[in-house]
Amino acid sequence: MVEYVWLTIAFPLIGVLINLFFGRLLEDAFSKWFKRSEVTGFIGSVTVVLSFLVSFAIFLQALGIEHFSHQVKLWDWITIGDFHVAISFLVDPLSIIMLLVVTGVGSLIHIYAVGYMDHDEGSARFFTYLNLFVASMLVLVLSDNYAGLYVGWELVGVCSYLLIGFWFFKPSAADAGKKAFIVNRIGDFGFALGIFLIWSTFGTLDYMEVFHEVGASHGEFASVINWVTILLFVGAIGKSAQIPLYVWLPDAMEGPTPVSALIHAATMVTAGVYMIARNNVLFAMAPNVSLVIAFVGAITAFFAATMALVAFDLKRVLAYSTISQLGYMILAVGVGAYAAGIFHLFTHAFFKALLFMAAGSVMHAMKGVIDMRRLGGLKDKMPETYWTFLIGAAALSGFPLITAGFWSKDNILVKAFELQQPNQAFGIILYTIGIITALLTAFYTFRAVFMTFHGEPRDKNLYDHAHENRRVMTLPLWILAIFSIGAGFLGLPSKLGLPNWIEDGWLYSVMAESHEILEHAHHFAHIGFGLEIALLSISAVVALVGIFGAWHVYIRYPQIAVDTARYAGRFYQLVLDKYRVDELYDTWIIEPGKGLADILAKIVDMNFIDKTLVDGSANSVRGLGHIMAILQTGYIRNYVMVIFVGIVVMGVYFFLL
Amino acid sequence: MEHIPTTWYLLLAAILFSIGAGGVLIRRNTLVIFMCVEMMMNAANLTFVAFAREFGSTTGQVFVFMVMTVAAVEVAIGLAILVELYRHVKSVNIDSFDSLKG
Repeated sequence: MVEYVWLTIAFPLIGVLINLFFGRLLEDAFSKWFKRSEVTGFIGSVTVVLSFLVSFAIFLQALGIEHFSHQVKLWDWITIGDFHVAISFLVDPLSIIMLLVVTGVGSLIHIYAVGYMDHDEGSARFFTYLNLFVASMLVLVLSDNYAGLYVGWELVGVCSYLLIGFWFFKPSAADAGKKAFIVNRIGDFGFALGIFLIWSTFGTLDYMEVFHEVGASHGEFASVINWVTILLFVGAIGKSAQIPLYVWLPDAMEGPTPVSALIHAATMVTAGVYMIARNNVLFAMAPNVSLVIAFVGAITAFFAATMALVAFDLKRVLAYSTISQLGYMILAVGVGAYAAGIFHLFTHAFFKALLFMAAGSVMHAMKGVIDMRRLGGLKDKMPETYWTFLIGAAALSGFPLITAGFWSKDNILVKAFELQQPNQAFGIILYTIGIITALLTAFYTFRAVFMTFHGEPRDKNLYDHAHENRRVMTLPLWILAIFSIGAGFLGLPSKLGLPNWIEDGWLYSVMAESHEILEHAHHFAHIGFGLEIALLSISAVVALVGIFGAWHVYIRYPQIAVDTARYAGRFYQLVLDKYRVDELYDTWIIEPGKGLADILAKIVDMNFIDKTLVDGSANSVRGLGHIMAILQTGYIRNYVMVIFVGIVVMGVYFFLL
Repeated sequence: MEHIPTTWYLLLAAILFSIGAGGVLIRRNTLVIFMCVEMMMNAANLTFVAFAREFGSTTGQVFVFMVMTVAAVEVAIGLAILVELYRHVKSVNIDSFDSLKG
């Protein structure tokens, strides 16, 4: 089965071709019986579901096989001297888990989008882009070399741009698309340099060959690996929305909600985490860089959570929470808990896609209103959306024992706590930031739940208009809700004697080498049963306190929130203005950039390039032409004379000399 | 009738050719220049025929028919151009057609 892995990419691409060239035609042809989005959405969904079935078959084949790792080569792509790049896929537990997430969650989101986009004329275009995204993301996770990774990396960036700006006639959406693309380019620049450095050092771009060379070395690559990991991480900062390049993600909410769920929560933004986990051997050999990565992740997690506390746009709350959760994942891979990072990626994909789609369901029912100050009391109007959102919110807050978010987040926090190198104190600091963020997470998540679904309706007109959505939208919510609970049991803490299938079983072979390196360096302390129970309890208490706090502030005594906001005054305003980071970038980067562009345009371009080079070459040619024009007397006799003289000279030359 | 040597034909052809060439170079009337060109062409024809007789071959004579046909065509086009030129410039003086002067 594994040799048919290319089918997973081929199916969505077929969907792209059909919807791109025949989408509108088919929609028109079937318009009597079906809505527009149902025709193209059917094609889009079926292709991704087929892709999921192939992925699942590969998963079943790999199940129970130790060290399952296959390279499936299709053909040579680039061959220049010693430089070889093949179109070739690496199928191992890590890429299979990504494959399942992308196609599985992707299928549900495609199906949901059939209902969500039913008022939109551009559904053919929408499903074309969405399928193209799935194919691109699969290229990213399946490639067995850095070139393929980079191709996928850029393709998902393009799809993200196209889909954020899907409603391009809205200037805010068009701007958000550009912002996402340009901010990502900064990260991609570092990422590309990292890949160049890998090639110039190891002479190959194949993961396995690079890891093999690194593994066989004895420290001679240490400084190169530091640089490579830094540069690759710069790419991850952009793609996974970490400080300081996170600014694009909140604005990306301008796109349709299924896009936010698929690209900006479940899949594309986790590419950075996947990339670091894929290169776990390199990152494990760069402990100092990894420490920086862990701190960037932890600080991002905290920072984004504070912004989520005050946001009023439901989708933006979820966007900040995505940044925050990505911070957790980056923290995990930074402290060397690669499997824990992937596990959180896995569970987060379910509950965050669920939350986004439930929020989209609200938005769809409320004529596009997403400001929580106008929602409220929707619990009874939209029971299915309410219950699924509640399950997703519980998972995000880490509601103890029964939700996936609890187990995966706790896994990360325990690993951070265990960190010993270079100093135990760093581990404690990271853990503390993580646990405070967990408190904030529980609070802002249930703030959103209470403001949206509980209390009195704040806008009576909108409330009366609200209705539960169609089955095509609610069914995917329920499926994701099941996974938001069930997925957690794949990674229970092994220290309590419970099976951690994902870390000790499924992903073990991928992480074995880095595991050995870290063990050798005494990277982690191994805490005992009692301390593990204590940490779990702390997480549980923190989540419950956060949820209770939200209930206390937003349901029992709503006045507290208002008073606190007034009391905090300017600080509240600062957080509400997103710490004015956008304005900071505007003043210090964008405006100087514009100034520089102005100087270059007006002085260098207009004076030097236009006047000297362009006009100069034209003028010199014209001057030369004037000299040559003297020969052109206009008298035919002169021309004939030249011809005759020429003939005579030629005759003399050939016959007489 | 006495046999005329080929050299004489060639000399005659050379003279005719030179007269034609001189006419092309010094005359200003476009029609006359045109006729001079024809004369040069017929001088060439004469050499063809002379050599054809000398070597007892018909190739040269066939070539002359070819040249005459092409000349007829050329005259038709040339005169048409000339008429058009006259309509524009109201002159057949070759020096008045100098719009290509640089």
